[in-house]
Amino acid sequence: MKPAPFSFVAPESLDEVVSALAEHGDDARILAGGQSLVPLMNLRLARPEVLVSINRCHELDYIRRADDRLVVGALVRQIDAETSPLVRAECPLLAAALPHVGLPATRNRGTVCGSLAHCDPLAELPAVALALEAELVLTSAAGERRVPAHDFFVTDMTTCIEPGEVVSAVAFSRQDPSERSALHEVSNGGHAFPVGGVALRWASADGVCTMARIAAFGVGSVAQRLVDAENALVGSDLGSEAIAAAVAAARAAVNPTGDIHADADYRRHLVGVLLERGLLEGEAP
Amino acid sequence: MSDEVQVTVTVNGRRREARLEPRRLLVDYLRHDLGLTGAHIGCEQGVCGACTVLLDGRTARSCLHFAVAVDGSDIRTVEDLADLDELHPIQEMFHQKHALQCGFCTPGFLLTTVELLERTADPDEAAIREALMNNVCRCTGYANIVDAVAEAAVELRRRSPT
Repeated sequence: MKPAPFSFVAPESLDEVVSALAEHGDDARILAGGQSLVPLMNLRLARPEVLVSINRCHELDYIRRADDRLVVGALVRQIDAETSPLVRAECPLLAAALPHVGLPATRNRGTVCGSLAHCDPLAELPAVALALEAELVLTSAAGERRVPAHDFFVTDMTTCIEPGEVVSAVAFSRQDPSERSALHEVSNGGHAFPVGGVALRWASADGVCTMARIAAFGVGSVAQRLVDAENALVGSDLGSEAIAAAVAAARAAVNPTGDIHADADYRRHLVGVLLERGLLEGEAP
Repeated sequence: MSDEVQVTVTVNGRRREARLEPRRLLVDYLRHDLGLTGAHIGCEQGVCGACTVLLDGRTARSCLHFAVAVDGSDIRTVEDLADLDELHPIQEMFHQKHALQCGFCTPGFLLTTVELLERTADPDEAAIREALMNNVCRCTGYANIVDAVAEAAVELRRRSPT
């Protein structure tokens, strides 16, 4: 099918973008890479009246360090983040996740911030944002607010973005060089959409786990931090007993639904398997 | 609403200007306005890859872009590969290795292969298969396509030794 008619503006600065959003309010949607939005428009599941393209806002195309954060602007394509030495050095979990996102051709155009704003429950990047305790930078004509990832993702395709706001950047926590991290997922036959997955990072000192951040995707209506599983690891020796406790806590915390790709029990089981796999095989610093 | 928007793009080396309705998909602009019917419309939701083009040198789904949103871009379609009567080496290898049957998906596979071999002159089979995830083929079972891409890499390296 073809999309319903809409009008189109392509401002050249963030100021002009938020002015356009202020003018059109609820009728407007942001167009970044469009790799999630355009399919919905072609199917007429989305019918925005106005598209505000940020593709000319080159000021939003940056990746930079800022204190303890790595900030990724709204126009950074997934492929450019994937191949960025800065991302690899500062946020290896993000670098490990990106090759799993969509397909090569969609990563060429899709943006990091766009995937977060879209909030697909099967998407990898919201879980990465939770595990990296990211802050989303929401800009509107009224100014800027920073929202922690755990408040930003509300439910399936729903975030806390208000009309008039645009995700202008995401600020991930920079990972400590001593940390380990991993992303594991299962998908049917190499299909772009996973059945479920886990993103995790952890650190240990003198054989004791000092930090753990674990987030799951595809096993509920939205990506989810698994705090009980984290608590089962911190202070432990990361031995088989601690891992078993974390696996049990992870399975208890998720609330998956079944569909044609996998039933709910499979997904609940899967989250534990992938967590264990991550802890055993996580990339060394 | 939906006033027409001025667009200027370069398609296969030629500058093109148009006034288009914003909802005009890039693939429809190429096919219906420019007569470049090599980009095929399969699923129209980004899954199949039959509409793949090179957008500023990178593979893109032309069904997932509005022409007005790629104003200023450089676009290459399958029509740009062959040189008059002579097939591009990638096309030649698809021919030799029987890497197509019905051919509907082939333009997309060819452009995915162009991108892969521009990035990686000597890809291993895993890298070839990873790149080919871009595209769906319902005829071949992919084995001959993987062979053709590997052979095309050899041929291109032979023609331009580094």
